[in-house]
Amino acid sequence: MLLLTCPCCGVTAEETEFAPGGEAHLKRSGPGSSDAEFDSYMFNRKNPRGVHFERWRHAYGCGKWFLAARCTMTLEVFGTYPAQTLEPPAEIVAAIKAKRPDWEGFA
Amino acid sequence: MSHRLATGGRLIDRARDVKFTFNGKHMTGFAGETLAASLLANGQTLLGRSFKYHRPRGVVASGAEEPNALVGLGKGDRYEPNQRVTTTEVFDGLSAETQNHWPSLEYDLLAVNSLVPQFLTAGFYYKTFLRPRAFWKHVYEPIIRKSAGLGKAPAHDARDPDRYEQLYAFCDVLVIGGGIAGLQAALSAAEAGARVALWEQTVHWGGRAPVDGVTIDGQDADAWVKATVAKLESMDNVHLRLRCMGAGVHDHGYVLGYERVSDHAPGTDAPRHRLWRMRAGQIVTATGAIERPLSFAGNDLPGVMLASAVRDYVVNYAVAPGQSVVVVTNNDDAYRTAIALRRAGVGVPAVVDARAEANGPLVAEARAAGITVLTGKGIRKVKGSKQVTSVEICRIDSKGTAFTEKFDCDAVAMSGGWSPVVHLWSHCGGKLLWDEANHFFRPDAARPPLGTDGAGFVTVCGSANGDMGAVLSSAHEAALAAARATGATGNATAPSADSAPDMAPMDAVWMMPRNAEYELRMKMWLDFQNDVKVADVQLAAREGYQSVEHTKRYTTLGMATDQGKLSNINGLAILSDALGQPIPATGTTTFRPPYTPISIGAIAGEATGSTFQPLRRSPIQDWHDSNGSDPEPVGQWRRPYTYLRAGEDRHASVNREVANARTNTGLLDASTLGKILVQGPDAGRFMDMFYTNMMSNLKPGKCRYGLMCNENGFLMDDGVVARLSDDAFLVHTTSGGADHVHGWMEDWLQCEWWDWKVHTVNLTEQFAQIAVVGPKARQLLERFGGMDVSADTLKFMEWSEGKLGGFDARVFRISFSGELSFEVAVPAGQGRAFWDKLLAEGADLGVMPYGTEALHILRAEKGFIMIGDETDGTVIPQDLNLNWAISKKKDDFLGKRGMEREAMIHPDRWKLVGLETLDGSVLPHGALAVTGGKTANKQAETEGRVTSTYYSATLKRGIAMGLVRYGPDRMGEVLEFAGTGDARIKVRIVDPVLYDKEGAKQNV
Amino acid sequence: MSELAQSALPGAAYEGFVTVAEAGLRGMITVRGDLAGLAGAVKDATGCAIPAQRRVEQAGAKAVAWMSPDELLILCDYADAPALTASLATALSGQFATVANVSDARAVFTVTGAQAGDALAKLCPVDFGAMTTGDIRRTRAAQVAAAIWVSGEGEMTLVCFRSVAQYMFDLLSRAAQPGSEPKLYA
Repeated sequence: MLLLTCPCCGVTAEETEFAPGGEAHLKRSGPGSSDAEFDSYMFNRKNPRGVHFERWRHAYGCGKWFLAARCTMTLEVFGTYPAQTLEPPAEIVAAIKAKRPDWEGFA
Repeated sequence: MSHRLATGGRLIDRARDVKFTFNGKHMTGFAGETLAASLLANGQTLLGRSFKYHRPRGVVASGAEEPNALVGLGKGDRYEPNQRVTTTEVFDGLSAETQNHWPSLEYDLLAVNSLVPQFLTAGFYYKTFLRPRAFWKHVYEPIIRKSAGLGKAPAHDARDPDRYEQLYAFCDVLVIGGGIAGLQAALSAAEAGARVALWEQTVHWGGRAPVDGVTIDGQDADAWVKATVAKLESMDNVHLRLRCMGAGVHDHGYVLGYERVSDHAPGTDAPRHRLWRMRAGQIVTATGAIERPLSFAGNDLPGVMLASAVRDYVVNYAVAPGQSVVVVTNNDDAYRTAIALRRAGVGVPAVVDARAEANGPLVAEARAAGITVLTGKGIRKVKGSKQVTSVEICRIDSKGTAFTEKFDCDAVAMSGGWSPVVHLWSHCGGKLLWDEANHFFRPDAARPPLGTDGAGFVTVCGSANGDMGAVLSSAHEAALAAARATGATGNATAPSADSAPDMAPMDAVWMMPRNAEYELRMKMWLDFQNDVKVADVQLAAREGYQSVEHTKRYTTLGMATDQGKLSNINGLAILSDALGQPIPATGTTTFRPPYTPISIGAIAGEATGSTFQPLRRSPIQDWHDSNGSDPEPVGQWRRPYTYLRAGEDRHASVNREVANARTNTGLLDASTLGKILVQGPDAGRFMDMFYTNMMSNLKPGKCRYGLMCNENGFLMDDGVVARLSDDAFLVHTTSGGADHVHGWMEDWLQCEWWDWKVHTVNLTEQFAQIAVVGPKARQLLERFGGMDVSADTLKFMEWSEGKLGGFDARVFRISFSGELSFEVAVPAGQGRAFWDKLLAEGADLGVMPYGTEALHILRAEKGFIMIGDETDGTVIPQDLNLNWAISKKKDDFLGKRGMEREAMIHPDRWKLVGLETLDGSVLPHGALAVTGGKTANKQAETEGRVTSTYYSATLKRGIAMGLVRYGPDRMGEVLEFAGTGDARIKVRIVDPVLYDKEGAKQNV
Repeated sequence: MSELAQSALPGAAYEGFVTVAEAGLRGMITVRGDLAGLAGAVKDATGCAIPAQRRVEQAGAKAVAWMSPDELLILCDYADAPALTASLATALSGQFATVANVSDARAVFTVTGAQAGDALAKLCPVDFGAMTTGDIRRTRAAQVAAAIWVSGEGEMTLVCFRSVAQYMFDLLSRAAQPGSEPKLYA
């Protein structure tokens, strides 16, 4: 059972306080988007073996959503950061690079 | 025969007798000992029958690794099968019963199984019972069920009277195992400044060291243990627990501890078990090692025990397993047992050592004590039926065709070397190394289980790490490193030196003798509990099994309740040998939590009885409960389905409620409806994104029904929105959808439109909400005085707030029944008083509460949809003819793009219609309309399904709604719906609105 | 009309190794907005400064709890809540802020005794040893959400939704049963 730190209230808590929300940094495709774009937005997920960016909500705590960079293989958590961002912040990227030099980067 | 020694016993209190029963027979033991020790002291060596062959079995071990000596403990509601006597503390009144025999322990007729040795070999079940197929259920299975298995399940009506609980705890360093390694580790980590917890699974600190005669700094281990425990107890940053087993190590430092708080004192106020849910920064395991049996013919007879266990019984409990004990070994450690036995005055005819030479200090000590040592020899066969009577010895390198010596004895102490207890290291992914010198798997420190920071979080010390010699320094170093990893910076005193005598290396002897014939091999037990022998594993190898995981499942080796604590390595070695490859090439099986079985009660914790699950109670629930409520689960609410009156069945009750709401006044507790405040300068814009229809143009004071879809375009929730002010809306959701909708709103506001100025507040529980429904509803409310609820002032689909009588009310004039209807929200605290007042004021107006079933029927008569009935997560609003509620003016709303997909605009989609049986009967729930044709898969082709179906008390016949292909274009057509079996029900497609289509009733 | 109002479990109490009691009706007001921007109005209404992260500020009968980066919970007498809600809403009307009276949506319990943390540790995945007076922690008590405030020496105040008050009372009573003291923190 994971241990995560909520960047919104500063609490480090066990997984049962949180609710998972799937892959982070998805771009919404609304009206006017092509079928392929909409399909990608709705259904296609990276599901990597390794570095992954994901959404979590501190459901039993402050109620806020935040994002986590995590290794799906080792469960290492590289960092958590606020949800109000379009891509992982530089310090998170640096933390991942330090641990996973071969990581291809956020795309 | 096993017996109590006149003196000695470091853990027993001879002044305190303990009385217990075994198969109804009264016995006496001493306080401080295990049930196993008490039974042996009473001469009871036969303790059970084996799983398949019903062979007589006795105690093998002295701890958690015991495979054989399982009994049923307790009586009646407290009966529990399969409890190890070696980990059961004896107490006054304990009642134990043996298992798996028929008719009795002494004379088990099913023991015939073992007379036919080829019977029940590896894969027996798979091979024998394959055909004829029908025989399995009626012939084979009943026979096998009678013959195989362990204890009986408790009686079906037994109810566990004990309490169980869980406990969340936190520490920097958790040390598991309270032997000298664990004690030293706890001390070093604590001195370094870490917050430390130390768990020991037994009731005594110190582990094996005091039994083994280890000295530390010249003093005996007992003295060191006592002093160290005293020191730890005096430290504020240390938490010590006995009777607490480290059951499982999980991700990110999460450890389950199984504390057997009052197993030894049933019926006291204490909980029986406590499950610790510990979060540790670092874990140091000091779980010691488990001795391995040797594989020789007859090694499962009562009286054959692990050498270390024999020593434990002698030294700890003053119990000798026999009058005359032969020791058989492949290592030096077993000589400690010979010496301990001799010291206690027990006969030791010989130590049989498989090694060609034996010259270590312990061997020398044994020889000096006059004990005969035979080297290069092994046991050919143990003789006896229910108890060891003699052993035959042969040369270790022989086939064992004949014996070289024979000793009369009534017990055998065997030692096949030691296996470090690596379970906890392995639970979360720690890898193992095969130690060539010592012939065991040990933790590979380079490949530990990884924690949240990507670094290892488990360290192993002492003999659990394979550090059989310098235990204390191993523990100190491991603990200091662990403490440092959690940020502790203090210094810890280096440990005292412990005196481990030099040990000569063991010889790997996986089978005794090495070239044993088949007749011997099929009597060599590997897994005592599951009755798996050397010959079975060899057969599996011949049949092509190569993976240890497959072999394990095929032979059932290591799959019993002891999970192979004694058998895994021996079985693996036999398999490797049969495959002609080294042990590490064969691999090892996976260790999974828990270390030993833990009780279901501990896992359930507080979740039993009234705290099994949170049941949400409306502010008016007490009234419902005491007025005939027939509860219906709606999420975690328990809403009244109907209010049953004396002599009524559900049907009559529901019909009464429906009729009354249509003629007099009905009351519905609608408090469970979701109520979410959406407020802020951008609230209108947000509401337009959330609802398919336009909400931003709703005027304050007005209400509007709206639909919410997910991004797929599927209908998710519906309800009435009230505009409270220019910048505030009150969103009503379904009862089950409130939390989800609120979370969904927050998701979009926090993660997508975070620059929009909108707040949401979930006010669901702030208000009790009561629907006052029926032709006399206004008359009733007007009796309260205060707010003007007249038709001219409060029009249909408007709301107003003020005082209604003395109540702080917000009144919504909305209708889900088709009648004149007001939903009145008051603060939840006033809810019950308001409800009572409605009942009192409306007595002469025929006021009568109605439940959820009447609610459903009233809405179905009006053709209103219900989320969860007409929708199932694949239905779009257009399917329900709700196109009027989908704005064409808006560029975007959630679900808009999803609805534009090809499949969503396809004309073939099933659409909502009313359904009317020709005979007036009520359609079955979920019935399918069948065309009479077949699909490509040769299944009946369908063209529609029932989504809601009721008996209408208003129309006096069955009414239904359903989704039908091209439904709205087929009005009047008669379809066939499938009933039970081949029955077909003729149903006419009709308008779903069956009552007051013009809306005259609600608009008065 | 507070004389008509009832708390979820009026008078419910259990005497175990700690004392569990339903605290009766309490005034509670949710205030959402930029916390710095709320400071003046909150100070005027309660006498309290904006609390630090996961802290509670107290002034007489009123207290202000930090609930999330954009949410405060004001605690006051039940009868004062409607007027206080209205005056706060007025004071904040010029800015993006939301004020809502949630007094009736909640149930409040006190857990009193030196071993209060030991009782709650059976239900909540929280390190109570790391909490001091004035701390507040939103978490889970068994299967429901709860906010736990260390409201004094040997006193914890727990707030949950009103509908689960009975469940919470049963949980707390069970956790406080004599003889089941885990002796973890005290």
